[in-house]
Amino acid sequence: MADPKAPGANPLGRWAVIGTPYLWLLVFFLAPFFIVLKISLSDTTIAQPPYEPLLDLSLGWQGVVDWWSGLDFENYWLLTEDELYWFSYVSSLRIAAISTVLMLLIGYPMAYAMAKAPKGIRPALVMAVILPFWTSLLIRVYAWIGILSPEGLLNAFLLKIGLISEPLYIMNTETAVFIGIVYSYLPFMVLPLYASLEKLDHTLLEAASDLGSPPWKSFWQITVPLSLPGVVAGCFLVFIPAVGEFVIPDLLGGSETLMIGKTLYNEFFSNRDWPVSSAIAVLLLLVLVVPIALYQNVQSREVEAKK
Amino acid sequence: MALKPAQKALGPIRRSFAPWLDPSAVPLIRFENVTKRFGDFVAVDDISLDIHQREFFALLGPSGCGKTTLMRMLAGFEEPTSGRVTLGGKDLAGMPPYRRPVNMMFQSYALFPHMSVEQNVAFGLKQDGLPKTEIAERVTEMLKLVKLESFASRKPHQLSGGQRQRVALARAVAKRPKVLLLDEPLGALDKKLREETQFELMDLQMELGLTFLIVTHDQEEAMTVADRIAVMNHGKLVQVATPGDIYEQPNSRYVADFIGDINILEAKVAGAGPAGLSLAVKDPAAPITVAAPEARPADGAEVAFAIRPEKMRIAIEPPPADAVNVLKGEVWDIAYFGDWTKFLVKLEGSDTIMRVSRANATRTESAPIAWDDKVHVWFAPDAGVLLTA
Repeated sequence: MADPKAPGANPLGRWAVIGTPYLWLLVFFLAPFFIVLKISLSDTTIAQPPYEPLLDLSLGWQGVVDWWSGLDFENYWLLTEDELYWFSYVSSLRIAAISTVLMLLIGYPMAYAMAKAPKGIRPALVMAVILPFWTSLLIRVYAWIGILSPEGLLNAFLLKIGLISEPLYIMNTETAVFIGIVYSYLPFMVLPLYASLEKLDHTLLEAASDLGSPPWKSFWQITVPLSLPGVVAGCFLVFIPAVGEFVIPDLLGGSETLMIGKTLYNEFFSNRDWPVSSAIAVLLLLVLVVPIALYQNVQSREVEAKK
Repeated sequence: MALKPAQKALGPIRRSFAPWLDPSAVPLIRFENVTKRFGDFVAVDDISLDIHQREFFALLGPSGCGKTTLMRMLAGFEEPTSGRVTLGGKDLAGMPPYRRPVNMMFQSYALFPHMSVEQNVAFGLKQDGLPKTEIAERVTEMLKLVKLESFASRKPHQLSGGQRQRVALARAVAKRPKVLLLDEPLGALDKKLREETQFELMDLQMELGLTFLIVTHDQEEAMTVADRIAVMNHGKLVQVATPGDIYEQPNSRYVADFIGDINILEAKVAGAGPAGLSLAVKDPAAPITVAAPEARPADGAEVAFAIRPEKMRIAIEPPPADAVNVLKGEVWDIAYFGDWTKFLVKLEGSDTIMRVSRANATRTESAPIAWDDKVHVWFAPDAGVLLTA
């Protein structure tokens, strides 16, 4: 028999606790998403707001019917017809993928060294990884302009030591975008890797060694497979936001660097084409649903295995 | 599943085996004046120890006594600060663990969580680059040995504690090491399973003809499985002997107290007695007579008299007239264990408690001993040992 006075017996309180996150998601995620979806099915017009049809409830049921019949997939067709959008998507995925691989190559040794460091200094190392977040992303990306520009710190240094005689043109190239993305997202790669490497049981490596496996073989046979959940988490954590990245390609990239975030920005602010930019956003979400679903799948299998 | 103590004997009769008594026998493992320091802490203090081929040897002691460090030096996870360790006459100094013909079963089992049972057992063989068919054959053989054939494709987290322990064992013996090291191998198992597994380990050792070195803090476990036991304390060997000798002939108060239950009475040597040596026990003040040891301590020497509970008799009525050492007391507490009963007897004129046990050979007693009963406790002159250390 349930005690009516027992904590949690108040159904209202329980529903309030469980319902709050759902309400949050409904108001701040689902509702805006449907608004964007609706705009993506509308037509652009020179008006305020710059799209039609608008739902006019003063006309009663006829208003709803008019509004509904005014929606179509025209903008999506446009996205498939104009190569610019196709190139933007592919280029975004390519840049995000290459950046992810670079971050894995840089982040794994970093996380490994952190996990092998003496216990006492590990918190300090984690702090050092997080520390850049104390400065705004925008400022940090602007700082890279100061480093990479033809008269910037890097070129000044390389000219001074005589390694180069002409300044390198890194600024406004794809290389600068890679540098910016790798620099900005690296902590999101390092932290999950560190978490999975740090909890690796050292006796497993002793056991491998005892059974005849030299250290470098143990690394590939034991450490790498057991840190795979961290690798997967880190890769998704950096790949997904990198695909839609706008600030970095806008500030560091040149005109030849196509990224979907920049294209979306141009459609929205320069062309004032809300419906097309909404369609780009919805399609981007659909493109990213695949890796997100994969990530969720891996995560739930992880949880399953731990039971 | 397991061979129980009272089941049919399946293996060969266990022969008496004592190569350590043969001066011409060459030991397989030698620790020569081995010392290991961690900073200021001396974990292993100048130990010399020989272990023979096919021996089941136990390192026994409380936690922190250096037994695990000693074993890890043989496995190669620690290097001695000074002294040397040899295996089959070869100095092991500087040889990394993955080159040593020694395998270890870890206390935590250390099974690779991302590999199946089969892959775990095959791991060591794979490192040696054996052909696949041979590995498969050997794995099947090992899984059969530990009765886990039907679990080959399971992951470690899908196994019970006892099954994991057997996988760890199969993995460690799969390479047929010269020495198998067992670090508290049965600590995580419940009592019943532990007892069964002890006998399985002994069978396995006989069957494979390997040398086993086990580290344990459980004296019962060491007594059951080992041919010889080294009792350790503070990084030193206190006594190295067979389980029987360790129990009946402890060389010090420490060993006597560590192994099994025992009564220790502080005493002074009073002189020659009717059946050997006469001792003056301090508390309660009482004379007792004991068999004189080979090295007779001088009169007036401070000694300890140690006697096991089962070596004494207890009764309400007075003992036979020819009984030598008789102490009177009162039953202070009784612990009934089924097969035997332990009486805690408070001796007359003292606060000293003597622990006396009695086998329950019959199901009923006409006059059972109860709490507060006045009782007599007596023992023969050779029932206990004289300890000088």
